[in-house]
Amino acid sequence: MAAIAVLKKNATPRSKYDFNRLLEERGLDLKPLGVDTLQVNITKLCNQVCRHCHVDASPARKEMLSREGIERCLEILRDHPQIKTLDITGGAPELHPDFDWFVTEARKLGKHVMVRHNLTVAYDGHPITRESKEYLHDFFAANRCEVVSSLPYYQEYFTDAQRGSGVFQKSIRGLNKLSSLGYGIESTGLKLNLVYNPVGPYLPAAQAALEADYKRELKAKFGIVFNQLYTITNMPINRFKLHLDKSGQYQAYMDKLLAAFNPTAAASVMCRNLISVSWEGKLYDCDFNQMLEIEAEGKVGKAPSIFDFDFDQLMSRRIRFDDHCLGCTAGAGSSCGGATA
Amino acid sequence: MSNYYESEDLKKFGNIGEHAKPLADEFFKYYGLVTGADGALTKREKALIALAISHSEKCPYCIDAYTTACLESGASPDQMMEAVHVAAAMKAGITLAHGIQMQNHLKKMVL
Repeated sequence: MAAIAVLKKNATPRSKYDFNRLLEERGLDLKPLGVDTLQVNITKLCNQVCRHCHVDASPARKEMLSREGIERCLEILRDHPQIKTLDITGGAPELHPDFDWFVTEARKLGKHVMVRHNLTVAYDGHPITRESKEYLHDFFAANRCEVVSSLPYYQEYFTDAQRGSGVFQKSIRGLNKLSSLGYGIESTGLKLNLVYNPVGPYLPAAQAALEADYKRELKAKFGIVFNQLYTITNMPINRFKLHLDKSGQYQAYMDKLLAAFNPTAAASVMCRNLISVSWEGKLYDCDFNQMLEIEAEGKVGKAPSIFDFDFDQLMSRRIRFDDHCLGCTAGAGSSCGGATA
Repeated sequence: MSNYYESEDLKKFGNIGEHAKPLADEFFKYYGLVTGADGALTKREKALIALAISHSEKCPYCIDAYTTACLESGASPDQMMEAVHVAAAMKAGITLAHGIQMQNHLKKMVL
């Protein structure tokens, strides 16, 4: 008994932001529901250095998924008809030398392809080779990719504060080009969805009301149309966490997320329906876990990867949660597809 | 504690029920009903009104809280600054309107 008492005394106290304990207290058991989407982070290289980026992406990053890794992802897509969507992200995924090939091959398999396109890479080009990327808009349209693009606000001030000086004007130029190709117009089927992130440590506004503002303002001022606005909460990890720590706001932000915990949003977290693939081919429950290197649960003693992809094992895995998961369950919830509750 | 208006005190507002809990409970219920949801006014409009009043009443806690509330309701910096101008204009107008009182009394005092 004495030994147990000593062990208990020396045990690391559970954080007040302990997400697993919160789920236990609320009686929530969040098991995988499916793998509808394979989300592949093919590179951390990016032409931008956004202040909130959970990937810590920048022009200095070199990580790239190998050609072999991309081939393996395509095999997984081919062999699993239940995985309907390929969600390609980064960094700026278009900077990967095999990006175009990956898209066209996935389309040949009949998969829905989403590209997380930052709108500026088309004009900035490759940050190292200087290769032009202005063909991207036509490429997206030709391959009927769904384009998902960050635009933190419909005005310049917030957008440039988060994503860098001049980003808003370049983004508007890119959106105008996509609009001219039929993106965002219901009848074309070419989907353009925008992403709103708060520019600081606060929660997003209600998605529907903000979408109405974006649609009204972007149409009136720039002639831009789009399909949906996704509101996404900033995750308290990596570059954004560094900002919170430096500005002394980490605890206040975590308290805000905790106070806004919404069980309905928790039940709809995206990790229940997708698998995230890293540039090394490792599997994660989501892109945030990937950046924190919290690998998905595999067979005993072995982290899962695309090279030993086992759908049934993934369906029976225990999803790994941590403090940062409060970001996906606060308020109206947050996911790569916006609010969840 | 040697200073007034410590920003850390804002989070203690919930403790205002100490010694008078039933009254505080009623207040917070009312406060939540008025400010917490869309009604005839949207939450954003209410937040902008509250931001303006925060300035005219010179409450630093409220200014912090409603700057955040405005952001969380999707308000733009232009809208927020314009709300502060409404408060400022009202203050100026109220000051000037009291000039009528001065003029009325002046007329009484002058032969």
